[in-house]
Amino acid sequence: MTTVTNKNETGGDVRLSGISKTYDNGFTAVQPLDLTVPQGSFFALLGASGCGKTTTLRMIAGLEEPTTGTVFLGDQEVTHLPPYKRPVNTVFQSYALFPHLDIFENVAFGLRRRGIKSVKKQVEDMLELVQLGEQARKKPHQLSGGQQQRVAVARALINHPKVLLLDEPLGALDLKLRRQMQLELKRIQTEVGITFVHVTHDQEEAMTMADTVAVMNAGRVEQLGSPSDLYENPQTTFVANFLGTSNLIEAEVDTKNGDDIVLKAGGGKLVLPESRCSAPTTTGGKVLVGVRPEKISLTHADDAGEIPEGRNRITGKIAHSSFIGVSTQYVIDSAVCPEFEVYVQNIERDSRLAPGADVVLHWSPAHTFGLDAAQDIDAGVEEGAAA
Amino acid sequence: MATLTEAPPPLAPTAPEKKPPRRRGRLVPYWLLLPGMLWLVVFFALPMVYQASTSVQTGSLEEGYKVTWHFATYWDALSEYWPQYLRSILYAGSATILCLVLGYPLAYLIAFRAGRWRNLIMILVIAPFFTSFLIRTLAWKTILADGGPVVGALNSLHVLDVTSWLGWTTGDRVLATPLAVVCGLTYNFLPFMILPLYTSLERIDTRLHEAAGDLYAKPVTTFRKVTFPLSMPGVVSGTLLTFIPAAGDYVNADLLGSTDTRMVGNVIQSQFLRILDYPTAAALSFILMAAILVMVTVYIRKSGTEDLV
Repeated sequence: MTTVTNKNETGGDVRLSGISKTYDNGFTAVQPLDLTVPQGSFFALLGASGCGKTTTLRMIAGLEEPTTGTVFLGDQEVTHLPPYKRPVNTVFQSYALFPHLDIFENVAFGLRRRGIKSVKKQVEDMLELVQLGEQARKKPHQLSGGQQQRVAVARALINHPKVLLLDEPLGALDLKLRRQMQLELKRIQTEVGITFVHVTHDQEEAMTMADTVAVMNAGRVEQLGSPSDLYENPQTTFVANFLGTSNLIEAEVDTKNGDDIVLKAGGGKLVLPESRCSAPTTTGGKVLVGVRPEKISLTHADDAGEIPEGRNRITGKIAHSSFIGVSTQYVIDSAVCPEFEVYVQNIERDSRLAPGADVVLHWSPAHTFGLDAAQDIDAGVEEGAAA
Repeated sequence: MATLTEAPPPLAPTAPEKKPPRRRGRLVPYWLLLPGMLWLVVFFALPMVYQASTSVQTGSLEEGYKVTWHFATYWDALSEYWPQYLRSILYAGSATILCLVLGYPLAYLIAFRAGRWRNLIMILVIAPFFTSFLIRTLAWKTILADGGPVVGALNSLHVLDVTSWLGWTTGDRVLATPLAVVCGLTYNFLPFMILPLYTSLERIDTRLHEAAGDLYAKPVTTFRKVTFPLSMPGVVSGTLLTFIPAAGDYVNADLLGSTDTRMVGNVIQSQFLRILDYPTAAALSFILMAAILVMVTVYIRKSGTEDLV
């Protein structure tokens, strides 16, 4: 890291260095991990269940003691501080609202514990922010799931924590409400400017809300970056398959041509910009070539001559097609990849593109990415489908 | 596709079949209530009516009793035996408080900290119940025997000096004193306190503890503001289950106490079985019942747990 350590800049950063968690039964939930969450950002920890994302969050909250490593909040080391001494608040999965207290008292709980006497104004303002002013005297069980969720957010935010931790906060809500709350949380985060660390297994949720996403798998961070960076430039097969869908082709490095690598796959050649390849590229070495389904164009074999020069092409036969409305999804049977997925927008439909038709798939080399072939080609497929 | 068209048919035939059982089902709750209601009528309501009529009868064993609506029996019973009533409430109250003080930490431990020892500790709590109530109380006679190790230890620690000064014990004796009776009551009713406490503590979501900690509550504050309020249903039912039977108990006062520690249960027992003054015995029972009812109602109102119990 070459950033200048200006006090203002790191004032509210969350810095985890080398933290890991091994439980008494020998299970390692989190492998030694370094992570910096910049102040004021919306950060998502994304992964399937059991990948260590919640454990990481709980170590920041102080609910779990790390086996190794340190946790810094700004300049303050908090690794061994109990939760009630940390300037951090959590929105728990299924909210954990106090059932014996009304909404007002739930929200006032943190203020009262810090000895603040006149809480009325602050609580009312906070309930206004989450649009629950009318419900102040109700008990949690009288509210709907979405309202309870907002109470949980208000109860945490009112303390102006340095970091707000959200543990699958939308998991219990139905799809429509979830969408609505995603926008709501994003709005609140922009409004209050507090660092949010959001744990989720829902890739769409992570991508729509977060500035930075860390994809976790088996206790490790697979890749960290902006949502578009992760999607366009996956570094591992897990990220490629977990975030959206990727077509991965096994290929062999043939020659290098300037900034491009030329690869052999099946009978044909594919071009890949070297800058978009995260694998070592020695001649004769194996590389996994990937491309997203929506980057591919589909042309009937009869019109193959009209395809512009310089595009990567693969021939195959349509196995299935399903009409989605906004697009049509094809599964292509090709020699290099048995189930090649292609999404074509429904602008002008070519009626010849029906199951059984011979087609040419072609895409720009700039949309191609290269991955290390030593990895499991199907890593993350099931987890991605489950999420 | 195939599943879509196949899905509706299985629903269609079952729908009309469901209707008749539902109509018959309307009576099911009443049938289920019947055994319990019968039991209550035969063993609770009828004896109550019988005892109520006994309490307002006059007469003698030889000439027989007649209902003469003689309510003066109540007044006589109360004015003669008020010290025993007071003592019953005092002893039962002390035993209830002791049970709560002893039982709460244990119930807390079982609910939150015992881990795999939980079942073993629960068995240990219930195990004494495999022996008879009488034998267990008699065992306390041995434990508290004059010159025994317990009395000896208490004596050498000068505890008995303090308790004698408070009037709980007399001289260097524990047996046949109020302390012995309260100890017996506490011991015998402790499980009735622990079990409801455990049940209500165990129901508390431990994430609420984490949430309280996350919101700046120290462990002690978490207990005061979250755990204890949420365990109130257990506290209320535990204290009721201890206090009500303890107030009517006579075995402990009989075996561990003396004539100076007689509780109202002892009076009722002797009126019924030795003196054979049935109207007085019945009146005493009704006064005790009324007193307990009033106290319990006030208690539940005060503790504000009507909606929790």
